[in-house]
Parts: sequence; C-alpha cells; structure tokens
Amino acid sequence: MNGAAAVGRRVLIALLTIVLASLFVFLAVQALPGDVARQLLGQDATPEAVAALRETLGLDRDVWSRYADWLLGAVRGDFGVSLVSGAPVGPDLLTAFGNSLLIAVPAVLVGITLALLLGVVAGVRRGRAADTAISLTALVLMSVPEFMMATVLVLLFAILFPVLPAVVLRGSEATPVELLPSVVLPAVVLTLAMAAYVVRSMRSSTIDVMSREFVVTAELKGLSPLQVVRRHALPSALLPVLDVVALNVAWLLGGVVVVENVFNYPGMGKLMIESVHNRDLPMIEAIAVVSAAVYVLCNLAADMTALALDPRLRTRRRRSA
Amino acid sequence: MTTPEREQTPHTPTTVRDRFSALRGSPTLVVGLALVALHVLLALTAPWATGHDPVVTDSGDVLSWPTAAHWLGTDQYGRDILSRVLHGGRYALAVTGLATTVAVAAGTLIGCFTAYADNWLDEVVMRVMDALLSIPTVLALLVVVTVLDPDLWVVVLAITVVYTPAVTRVVRGAARAVITQDYVTAARARGERAPSIVVREILPNVLDVVLVELAMRASWVVLLVATLSFLGFGANPPTPDWGLMVEENRTALTVVPLGTIAPVVALATLVVGLNLSADGLSKRLGVDRAQQGAAA
Repeated sequence: MNGAAAVGRRVLIALLTIVLASLFVFLAVQALPGDVARQLLGQDATPEAVAALRETLGLDRDVWSRYADWLLGAVRGDFGVSLVSGAPVGPDLLTAFGNSLLIAVPAVLVGITLALLLGVVAGVRRGRAADTAISLTALVLMSVPEFMMATVLVLLFAILFPVLPAVVLRGSEATPVELLPSVVLPAVVLTLAMAAYVVRSMRSSTIDVMSREFVVTAELKGLSPLQVVRRHALPSALLPVLDVVALNVAWLLGGVVVVENVFNYPGMGKLMIESVHNRDLPMIEAIAVVSAAVYVLCNLAADMTALALDPRLRTRRRRSA
Repeated sequence: MTTPEREQTPHTPTTVRDRFSALRGSPTLVVGLALVALHVLLALTAPWATGHDPVVTDSGDVLSWPTAAHWLGTDQYGRDILSRVLHGGRYALAVTGLATTVAVAAGTLIGCFTAYADNWLDEVVMRVMDALLSIPTVLALLVVVTVLDPDLWVVVLAITVVYTPAVTRVVRGAARAVITQDYVTAARARGERAPSIVVREILPNVLDVVLVELAMRASWVVLLVATLSFLGFGANPPTPDWGLMVEENRTALTVVPLGTIAPVVALATLVVGLNLSADGLSKRLGVDRAQQGAAA
C-alpha cells in the first residue's frame, strides 16, 4: 500500500466513522421515551394540535427518510430549529463552539508544549528529583477533579486576590473581546487537566526510546546529551504520544462541560447542559455530531502526522488501526 | 475439549499465587492497593464508624467547625461532614466497582472475540466502536441519566455503555498479538471451537492488559461519577456523594472549608490509589500503561 492510498483509506474511514456516529446519535435521540410534540405543547393540548405539530416536525414519517433529510441538512450546516428558542440551531452552536475554542486553543498550545517538554525532562532524568517532582505533580493533577481545580482557582484569583473575574456575567450575549479576561482561569484548568496525561505518556515513551540501541550509539559517538535527545530520541519518542495528544485535544473540545459550567462560560459545554435540561433534541444532536467530527478529525490529524514522521507506516497496516 | 493439556506461557503469571508474588518489590503497587483497601474498609464500616446519620439535618448546628461531636464540622444543613464523606465512599465505590467491572468484562469479551474472528465482523464491530467512542462521554451520560432518572443502576448502566468501546479497543489490540502465537494455531489445529480458544488460550494471555485496564478505568469512573453528581445529573440530594458535597459546600468554602476539602481529599486519595495500582500493575506485568492512557 503506497502513501497516497494509506492517506485515502484513513480519510474514508474517518468520514464513515462520522456518518456512523451521526446515525447512532439520531437513532438514540429518536428512541428517547416521550412524545416530543406532546411535551412541547403540554398535557392539555388537543390531539389535533399534537398531530399538526408532529407533521410540522416530520415525526409522522419513517425514521430512515427523516435521518436522510437531517443528514443532508447537517452537511450543509442546517441542523434544524431549536425546540426551545425556535431559532436555527446552527448559528447558536457556532457561537458557542467559537467561545469554546477561545479557551481550548490556548490550553492546547500551552498545555501540549509544556507537557511534552516536562515529559522529556522527566524521562531523561528518570528517578532523579526533577522526575519525581514532575511525575508526582502529574499524578495529583490527574486525581483532582476539574471542578475542584476550578473552585480553588476561583478562590485564589477571584476572591482572595481579585485580579480575574470568577464567572462570566453577561452569559451568551458577551462578545469575544468582553470574554477575554474570563478566558484565563478556564483555560488554566483545562491546561492542567490535559497536560497531566500527556506528561505521563511522553515520559514513558522517552524512557523507552532512551534505552534503544540507536540512542546509545549516538551517546557513545560523543554527541552532547541535548543533541542526543533532540535529534535522535525525540522524533521516535513523539510517535506513540501522538495518539494520546489527539485523544486529549478531542476530549478538551467535547468535554469542557465542567469547566464552562463552573465559570458560567458561554461555550459548547454549557450549551450541552442547557439543551439536555430543556430536552432540546435538535441542539443535542447537533452538539453530538459536531463533537464527534472534532474527535475523528483530531485522530485523523494524529494519524497523518504519524505517517509524515514515520515512513514505515505508509507501507503496512498500523498495528491497531 | 476432553484433552486436559493446556499451553502455558512461562512469562505471564496466571495463578493467584503468582499475582501475590508480584506485590513484592513494587512499592507503587503496595501503596496503591493499600489506599484502595483503606477506602474499601472505611466504606464498609461507615455505618458504625460515626454516630451520625449522613442525611439527618440539624438547624441548630449549621456550618460548624470541627467539634468533639462533629469531627469535621457540619454543612449548611447541619449534617455531619465526616459521616457524609464516609458514606459518600460507599456510593462511589459501589458505582465504580459495578460499572467498571461490567464495562471491562463486556469490552474484554467483545475485544477477544472480534480479534479472533479477524474478518468482516471484526471490521464492522471496530467501526461501530470507533463511532461510539467519538460521541462525547459526558453528553451521552447526561442524556441517558436525564431520560431514565438518575439512580444508582442508571448511572452504572450509562457508564458501562460509555466505557465498553474504549476497553474493547485496547483488549482487541492485545488479543491480536496473542492470536498469532503458536499455541493458538495449535488449538485451532486440534479442532477446538472459537469460544473454547477465546476462553482458554486468548483470555489468560490478555489478562495482564485487562487488569491494568480495570484499575485505570476505575480511576476515571470515580472522577466521572463525582463529576456527574457535581453537575446535578448523578446522585440525588440528600444522597451523600463526594461530587454533590463539593457542589453544595463550595459556596461556603471560606466559611467551612472542610465541607469542600474533605470530600475532595477522599476522592483524590482513592483516585491516586487506583492510579498507583494501575502503574504498579502495568510495571509488574509489562503492560505499557501510559500509552493506553488518555483523558476520557
């Protein structure tokens, strides 16, 4: 299998996964107990009114034709109309997604860089003080729930030393510029939560690579430790960490729920909770599909990076692909 | 089926005795298991350990600091914090134990069988699992719990559904390495049937991966259960649950800090214990744990 075919196969699988995920989401939402039309109209609605609404919502048609319509709409960015506000789902979701990116992108950039760096340091200095400190910190960060980190940071920086806003007061009407000061604390929590996993993965991968023959050879031929790590160990050590990084980035974009709710930040996580509370089915479907797409694309990006870094992967099937 | 001969691999310990001997010389594993054991013990003895009912309110004694009667003080309803923390451990351990065991068992079986099948079925199951994995965990949990009303069994069911695909993926990866071994080929040549090969040849040899997976998933499930409760989708008040306690008490963090700190310390020590157990196990059993790991 040559390079182009390997890339093509992965892109196809990614697309298939997104479509399958959308099907599961759609079917699951359809299977929810309770008649949406009756729920919207209340208990005393006349049967005629319920029937009319069912027709408007398309609930009287069979599942597959509704799924086809919904999928075609979703591809064009039309996710239907919110059951709560009556407005199209798309624009609201886009705003929330953008706001989530505002805290997620800095968290990813800072978190991944820092985590890879610390992971390499811990791996190279295995068993020394630096390693112990880094590993212990990572373990503690993994074990403290995000809602606690968020609570502690609010206490420190918004109440004891009031330098940053604790919560966003304007809610979903806030513009990105107004949001900027509120971005810091949520982003810090996300950074810490995510970095812990990447540090551990990078450390273990570095330890593994540092004991390989080619690294020992590089050391023996007199390269400085920095050169050995940067030019020989790092490229190999990064490879297995890519998947972990991708999973964490995907988690970040879908799982900002806790952080956004503690800080009342108007992103996708908060929208998620609100739409579940309100049983806003089109919104739930849209959020699930967008998150699934982000997850799949992150994994695809990791696969592509791996292909670029390691030519061997282009010629044979990946072990667990 | 009637022949008693069984291939044993020398490097993978499969007997209980081997497992215990793995404890020796691994301080990480010992500390981890000790922390978990301590939590189990506290949870089992919780009803007798404190003289207070975790849900009884006392309007005359609210937001108190530690006293002789209430060792960790009381919350805004006058409930004993120590008693709530200890009972919270029962809830956390029960949900975690059930959900993790079922999810790991289901994922292990599916993973082994599809790896052994190694045909269109394997491909279909893995595509389905990948698609399920891509749907955000928290959203799936929230929807299931909202629809079915949160009680212990619903939370267990929801977590099982959400975690099975991830376990399947990991176990399948390990099982694929096993099925290329000679003893599997030999069993196949003897004419053994698929269920027998999976149970007797593959399962014992992926058990190390499964054990590590169990400890690691458990640490996430503890956090997830607390998070669900914190968001108001898990345990119903006044159930003593760590996540719920933090949610109830964090507004009074500066007045009675112990109301928030105590459940978090309990939660964190349990998760650290599970994490150390997973680390220790993976080191002893030679499973590369960090590479499997990611936030879920």
